[in-house]
Amino acid sequence: MPYIPHTPDDVQAMLAAIGAERIEDLFDEIPEHLKAGRLDALPEGLSEMEVTALMARRASQDAGALCFLGAGAYEHHIPAAVWEIATRGEFYTAYTPYQAEASQGTLQTIYEFQTLMARLTGMDVSNASVYDGASGLSEAVLMALRANRKSKSGRVLMPQAVNPRYRQAVQDICVNQGVELVSVSLDRDSGTTLPAALSAHEGEDYAALVIAQPNFFGCLEDVHALTDWAHARGMLVIAVVNPTALALLTPPGEWGTEGADIVVGEGQPLGVPLSSGGPYFGFMCCKQKHVRQMPGRIIGRTVDLEGRPGFTLTLQAREQHIRRSKATSNICTNQGLAMTAATIYMSLLGPEGLENVAAHCHANTRDLVAALTALDGVSEAFTAPTFHEAVLRLPRPAAEVLPALAARGIIGGYDLGRDDPALADCVLVCATETRTAEDISAYAAALAAVLAEEAA
Amino acid sequence: MSTPDTRDDLLIFERSHAGRRAMAQAPKALPAERLAAIPDSLRRRARPALPEVSELQVVRHYTNLSSKNFAIDKQFYPLGSCTMKYNPRGANRAAMLPGFLGRHPLAPESHSQGYLACLYELQEFLKEVTGMKGVSLTPMAGAQGEFAGVAMIRAYHEARNDQGRTEILIPEAAHGTNPATAVMCGYTVREVPVNRDGDVDLEALKAACGPQTAGLMMTNPSTCGVFERQIDAIAKTVHEAGGLLYYDGANLNAILGKVRPGDMGFDVIHMNLHKTFATPHGGGGPGAGPVGVSERLKPFLPTPIVGRDGDRYRWLDRNDLPQSIGQLSAFMGNAGVLLRAYFYARVLGREGMIRVGEYSTLAANYLLKRLEAVGCTAAYPERRASHEFLLTFAKEAKTLGVSAMDIAKRLLDYNQHAPTTYFPLLVPECFLIEPTETETKEALDAFVDAMAAILAEAKNDPELLKGAPWSQPVRRLDDVKAARELDLVWRE
Repeated sequence: MPYIPHTPDDVQAMLAAIGAERIEDLFDEIPEHLKAGRLDALPEGLSEMEVTALMARRASQDAGALCFLGAGAYEHHIPAAVWEIATRGEFYTAYTPYQAEASQGTLQTIYEFQTLMARLTGMDVSNASVYDGASGLSEAVLMALRANRKSKSGRVLMPQAVNPRYRQAVQDICVNQGVELVSVSLDRDSGTTLPAALSAHEGEDYAALVIAQPNFFGCLEDVHALTDWAHARGMLVIAVVNPTALALLTPPGEWGTEGADIVVGEGQPLGVPLSSGGPYFGFMCCKQKHVRQMPGRIIGRTVDLEGRPGFTLTLQAREQHIRRSKATSNICTNQGLAMTAATIYMSLLGPEGLENVAAHCHANTRDLVAALTALDGVSEAFTAPTFHEAVLRLPRPAAEVLPALAARGIIGGYDLGRDDPALADCVLVCATETRTAEDISAYAAALAAVLAEEAA
Repeated sequence: MSTPDTRDDLLIFERSHAGRRAMAQAPKALPAERLAAIPDSLRRRARPALPEVSELQVVRHYTNLSSKNFAIDKQFYPLGSCTMKYNPRGANRAAMLPGFLGRHPLAPESHSQGYLACLYELQEFLKEVTGMKGVSLTPMAGAQGEFAGVAMIRAYHEARNDQGRTEILIPEAAHGTNPATAVMCGYTVREVPVNRDGDVDLEALKAACGPQTAGLMMTNPSTCGVFERQIDAIAKTVHEAGGLLYYDGANLNAILGKVRPGDMGFDVIHMNLHKTFATPHGGGGPGAGPVGVSERLKPFLPTPIVGRDGDRYRWLDRNDLPQSIGQLSAFMGNAGVLLRAYFYARVLGREGMIRVGEYSTLAANYLLKRLEAVGCTAAYPERRASHEFLLTFAKEAKTLGVSAMDIAKRLLDYNQHAPTTYFPLLVPECFLIEPTETETKEALDAFVDAMAAILAEAKNDPELLKGAPWSQPVRRLDDVKAARELDLVWRE
């Protein structure tokens, strides 16, 4: 019996202690007609060896292509120590740290994570993570509506420059509470959100403005002007940021005169593998004055009976297991293990290491853009400066070019026509520090060949 | 003189030395002109104050921290409603195969067939074990599965233009996520009382049902650790009022292979794969909370879902499911957790799934009988335990002045993780105990011995309990100070 240790003798002894003859007798309170028959659609059990071989075949089936996709998930080098430590049984198989004295390892790790994220974002406080960047933005929108008591409209300004998958998730999660997301148009020359686009919303009541830096197109927004505009009109500012980029870019806590109020983002770039989209983790930071509106677990440092420092879950009166229907969110389980990996990653990289990673991502993407725009008919779509992604305009629809590249072993980027027909000939490309000059040349050669074929 | 590297009570920041680095880990610095395209006004002025430490310091620091945790790999961990069963190492290795880890979530279907095949099969397995007609794997934890489930109930009523259903009914013993979820979905909550025998008060439920009822959320077996015997009548009552039935799968381990929620009349369920399907809890996550639905809710499932055309797998999105409640994450949820659950399901297979419900129930009933024999008080002594059961220490609290919390903390000194305490709220001074099917009889017996010893201590030397734990890295912590004098980030 896989993973069940009982011998026939054990079973007999246990049944005797219970006073039952058969295991089936233990289900005598369940109405007979409800009992399941056989689970015929399930296959026979296999050994670890057999399932491993099966899954290894399937995993290798998907491997091997050279990937230039970003669009919210980024391939970075992950130091070997990160997951070797994170998957130690003491982290991997521990529960939520409700018994604080027996969970100081997890609790101190979270406290260190909160500190690292606060320092990276320039904010006062952080929580212990939420599910991912998109669901984190949903929580930030709901939090802003609670925190901005002056605003009565239930409306939030959501620029088109924000990742469309995030916008969709926020819409789908928040619609049940009557939240209205009002779009802010994208400037099609620069690829950014311009103050002129905001002026269309002048004089209206909004609880918050969302600002993505870099935005979905890899472009850098004038975050100072956008932040000051929102604050001057009584709105809170929700920053959506890439944590790797923060090693180079102004932290949201220093945007404009007062800084952003709530900061969220996808933590995956900090040592978490691509892994088909998860488990990742969302990070969430805010100004001290909003901490009681923050959802999710928060760890505090305190002392024990003898005055020694220790760590514990705190502000639990915000949470569902205490407040039930009046909680800030229904979130319970978070992304603890991925957050643990990120804590180890940031400690290993350090301030200079993370900056170098960010710099190489930027430089490699510029090299990629230079190599691809050297081809006839390929140009950069937007004029704004970029971080580690850029939009290229192709002479043919991306929906035709990308499958042809994939057939040559190059996953060439994200087809922007999926979300916006006006960008059907545009592809979002990314080259992190893991892409080499040879990789970039291989992409350029494959694209040249594909475009030549199609021209012929 | 202090030797900070070997002290295990420092923060990583206290080990930092300006200029030190784990040099093997990051690429070399680039000349400044490679960054010239980024305007100065958008550049960071000072580097973030991350720790400056060597690779060995990091490895030693977090290895030492990990040793301060209780974990399934180290201890018996009988947390009720959490299903702390063995997390197979093989599942971890399989999910961390390079081909799975390296796959970008937006990779084309041509480069995803292996991954999609695993997910498609997992969807089919989950349908079979739950008796539901459709499954979506995307919710990232139990609470998000609940959200998806209640959002589908709402979408269903709206699609029928059935206005005025504003209320979700929830038994008072329910998990806190249930009422919090109902509110996130725009509903008000009405609690339904529970009888003295642990079953729902059916008359009160009948009185509460009406045209305002959108649905009922419940677990079965309930959080009282007993099977709800009136489930047929409950389903009939809610359905006749036009409401739908939501199954919180937190306790699915109890009935895996024995009873299927679909056969009990539930319209929508979520499963906690980090409980029932043995994926790790990771110190608080990640989980995975797939949802299953009856035929009438299939159009509303969250996207994406894996579909199959002949021998090709493909994603089904909003274009295929225009009535979907939509997208709950940036991509498709906690893929790596789903692969671990897939591994587990393939190892167990048909017979193994049925054994889960049987042997988890055997272990719980055995442990309950043995604990009663050494003087513990069952909250529902006349009932069969499901895969978990409730003890109450109200008597000890009254006569000896020791609380359930004191007993829980003392268990740590016996190298036993404490059960869930003070939940559900309706049973005073309670322990909710769930031993799971993967613990040996010896492990269960050792827990009984520890409890017997602690009950003796409670009579003879109660201070041993009130001051516990004595053996852990810290003594009992000051939670009031933690909340009053907030210290959430380290400041030098």
